[in-house]
Amino acid sequence: MSHIDLKNDLPGIRGLMAFRPETADALNALAEILLRDDNNTLSRGERELIGTYVSYLNDCFFCQNVHGALAGHYLNCNIEEIDSIKNNFVASDLSLKMKALLAIAGQVQQSGKSVTEEHISAARNAGATDTEIHDTVLIAASFCMFNRYVDGLGTTAPQDREFYTNRAPQRAEDGYLVLR
Amino acid sequence: MAHINVPEGVPGIRSLVMFRPETGKYLYDLAQELLRGESELSQADRELIAAYVSKRNDCFFCMSSHAAVARCLYGDDEAIVDDVLKDMERSQTSDKLKALLHIAGKVQILGKEVNEADISAARDLGATDKELHDTVLIAAAFCMFNRYVDGLASLTPRDPEAYKEMGKRMVAGYNLPPKA
Repeated sequence: MSHIDLKNDLPGIRGLMAFRPETADALNALAEILLRDDNNTLSRGERELIGTYVSYLNDCFFCQNVHGALAGHYLNCNIEEIDSIKNNFVASDLSLKMKALLAIAGQVQQSGKSVTEEHISAARNAGATDTEIHDTVLIAASFCMFNRYVDGLGTTAPQDREFYTNRAPQRAEDGYLVLR
Repeated sequence: MAHINVPEGVPGIRSLVMFRPETGKYLYDLAQELLRGESELSQADRELIAAYVSKRNDCFFCMSSHAAVARCLYGDDEAIVDDVLKDMERSQTSDKLKALLHIAGKVQILGKEVNEADISAARDLGATDKELHDTVLIAAAFCMFNRYVDGLASLTPRDPEAYKEMGKRMVAGYNLPPKA
């Protein structure tokens, strides 16, 4: 049960957003531009994967499953493959650039100050642009917000992971601005 | 020097949103809604929560700028800001605000740190569900803003006078600066 009376039984962040639509609009607009905007050299799948990885590090069950299912949907891999990337992305067959960006995201999860010149150089040497580095940091930072919002108010999350994979195609189609 | 090529001489988040106004717009919209929108918490109290979380995240830029605007908003009671930042538990602020700041401090560590007892303590002192919600979301949002600002190593002025001016400007709200 959530810490406050949300007056609805929607799961995770959805329940919070229905409780407080004023702040929900700003949060959804931010998620939409960060994760879905087509004017971005990181694919939707890559951006969802960054969100998934940070949510995993923050131990947020709801977010890592929603976004893990979306990452799997976009990248054509199943939830087990997403799990193995979360557990050890270094050993995955992701590109060197994506690995360097996930390393930066992992530092951001700890603290902004944990990102060093070496992390940035490694990403740049692997071909990352300033905008890609910027977006990686901001997506990772935003999930440090979303995860805390979802867990800090004790929201409920369906435990059956199929719930998330079943919904991913519809969410991929609707995006974050259409809630049904 | 910042990790990416942001406009020179521009401090903190301002330099980052000038580099990437597409995402900056939504970050400022969120700050505006959280800190200036309709809420049962005063604008001063909300800015103090932001400064308190930023201090815990060791983000000098966000702490100093939001402390400055909180001092402006508290007016004659401006001493409360430094009192709280120095030692929140022993500060002279109300027990209700202390209970909310305590929750914000838990959110800063991780969402799951907030427990039923923290929530009950705040509720017993008169905190409403909306106030609890807004406290958690503001604290979570500053876990994003702080990581964004420090994760890209944006310029952090050390002169307290610079923040005084910033604080006065921020009273009016959060508007995206013109593109670099």
